[in-house]
Amino acid sequence: MSRRDVVLQFLMLVLLGLGLSWLVSNVTGNLERQNIASGFGFLNERAGFGISQTLIEYTEDDTYQRVLIIGLLNTLLVSVIGIVLASVLGFVIGVARLSSNWLISKIAMVYIEIFRNVPLLLQIMFWYFGVLRNLPSPRRAIEIGDSAFLSNRGIVLPGFTMLEGAGWYVAALAISLTAWFVMRRRAHKKFLTTGTPQSYWRVLALGAGTMFAIAYAMAGFPFAADVPALRGFNFRGGVNIIPEFAALLLALSLYTAAFISEIVRSGIVSVGQGQREAAAALGLSNNTTLRLVIIPQAMRVIIPPLTSQYLNLTKNSSLAVAIAYPDIVSVFAGTTLTQIGQAVEIIFITMMVYLSLSLLTSWAMNSYNKRIALVGQNA
Amino acid sequence: MKKLVEMCVQRVALVFAVCVSTLNFSFAAGETLAVVQERGYVKCGVSQGLPGFSNPDDRGNWNGIDVDLCRAVAAAVFGSDENVKFTPLSAKERFTALQSGEVDLLARNTTWSMHRDTALGVDFTGVNYYDGQGFMVLAELGIKSALELDGASLCTNLGTTTELNAADYFRTNGMTYEIVAFEKADEAVSAYNAGRCDAYTTDQSALYAQRLKLTDPKAHIVLPEIISKEPLGPVVRQGDDQWGDIVQWSHHAMVNAEELGVSSANIEAMKTSKNPNIRRLLGLDGTFGDNMGIPNDWSYHIIRTVGNYAETFERNVGKDTPLGIARGVNALWKDGGLQYAPPIR
Repeated sequence: MSRRDVVLQFLMLVLLGLGLSWLVSNVTGNLERQNIASGFGFLNERAGFGISQTLIEYTEDDTYQRVLIIGLLNTLLVSVIGIVLASVLGFVIGVARLSSNWLISKIAMVYIEIFRNVPLLLQIMFWYFGVLRNLPSPRRAIEIGDSAFLSNRGIVLPGFTMLEGAGWYVAALAISLTAWFVMRRRAHKKFLTTGTPQSYWRVLALGAGTMFAIAYAMAGFPFAADVPALRGFNFRGGVNIIPEFAALLLALSLYTAAFISEIVRSGIVSVGQGQREAAAALGLSNNTTLRLVIIPQAMRVIIPPLTSQYLNLTKNSSLAVAIAYPDIVSVFAGTTLTQIGQAVEIIFITMMVYLSLSLLTSWAMNSYNKRIALVGQNA
Repeated sequence: MKKLVEMCVQRVALVFAVCVSTLNFSFAAGETLAVVQERGYVKCGVSQGLPGFSNPDDRGNWNGIDVDLCRAVAAAVFGSDENVKFTPLSAKERFTALQSGEVDLLARNTTWSMHRDTALGVDFTGVNYYDGQGFMVLAELGIKSALELDGASLCTNLGTTTELNAADYFRTNGMTYEIVAFEKADEAVSAYNAGRCDAYTTDQSALYAQRLKLTDPKAHIVLPEIISKEPLGPVVRQGDDQWGDIVQWSHHAMVNAEELGVSSANIEAMKTSKNPNIRRLLGLDGTFGDNMGIPNDWSYHIIRTVGNYAETFERNVGKDTPLGIARGVNALWKDGGLQYAPPIR
């Protein structure tokens, strides 16, 4: 960089700084003049309102800070499950779209065109009100199996509560999972150096069995079934999946899956016909060709646009507010905002949350992309 | 370090607020009226459709008791109740819209509470409807009291005092509940209609109004309990007392007119009245309009075009309307109600 460039860039920086500080003083001045409270002190005040779905303990006596976390967790819950469902469904439909079977390929096409072209908000409303209207009241709930119930209050599933000593089981599970990861890695390494497939399942099963046997010996069976029962207006006990969550998850997954399937199709099509023929010439089976030749190369085309779809799904989850799903926009940028009235701070926090989520997702996807790109070139 | 981070976060927050601040012309005393007069009409924030309070009819004309208040302000400033435009706002948007100058006043069935009055940079100028929160349930449930609602699911509107009141009421009475809060009242009513909730809770007047939107209004009853005080009134920005006075006295003029027996029907005849109270009300004596920066016959035009408080009440929410609400606590003070306006003198 020449000296002139350095001076110019420095001047730009100074100008930018001046501009920013002017904006800041302008806003503070205006807020003060209008007697609007400011600052982040409100986060420690008592919230005082109820929330229909909380993943962690919450009462009306908790603070707005807790409300923020609960909203964030609810957003994460629907986003993460939505991303998994949309990916699975999107891959299946993307492959189906390329199927040589005329019927399957056309069904996939119709699916894609319908779900891609109807506005998401309408789809959310459709699933929510369309499905809700046709479900019975809790008193006439549809019984699934013995202890699960479907009604217009959602699906109640039997759950269990952990009693004293359940920690032994948690520890056993954690050790088994860690062992699985370590063994898989070592087996893979050995396979790469020696060329013979390694089996570790028997050792793993034996080890895990011993772990759980120890847990049983130490604590017996420290779980109590929590079976839902109709008492008064609603089912009590068990795990309740509220209809708002189900509708939002369904709409988000189906909508995003339509986009993902097109991305998957483009990825697969992008792999040259020669690759397929070369694999066949080497005597690889269809399945192995797809797994080891087509997919790894398609992934490099798929991952970047797939990342955008994941980001979209997460951000689209904010439409939850229309059907009363208590996500961060609903409980924090909604109820909290109207109770406190400090739009600037609350919208800022909400924006930062979405920004962080998006950056984290991008970062994770980019690292994955880098990894598979490298593997592709080494092979 | 923590302090530094906190400071940085605060700084950045304020930068984002610039979008808000560019709209803020910082309204000092007297400025709202000047802006309104230059613009030629009043911008009034109303609900997204609440029968009796602010609701567009099939031709898109707004009517309701809150809408009448907006018209009264327009009549006071311009001599005609036509010089007003309505902005439908959700409960969530309303204060921001007022703060940022998007509307000149809110007449949006808004509860006067201390937090709102003191921390939001807004001022409540009076109460044009005394309300309280109630519950609506299906008649076939056989419930007679809100105290039987233990374990119920409640549908309501997001970002209202209703959410807090329900929480307080159920906790005080040792009952559990599930709250399902929708951003728009229409969706809350639809969900209740579809059976998502056992009860719909909001201000009692709104319960009667929303009941009209249900598939079978007669199948639903409003429970007798009123669990909160909800004084609903117009809201203006803090710091412009002149504009606040105009809004406040537009309401007072209607209440005083009812008390003095002046209505849109007899106002021309009343012009010859010898009663000094009526002469001051009609702007024949004194300089009350001048003092607020508007024409002296301000209240004459309010009563001529909108009518007195009884007229707007009966026309929008009263016995002969679909809502069928009795005057109750909204009767004049001399009839045992709470509507009481300071004298014009």
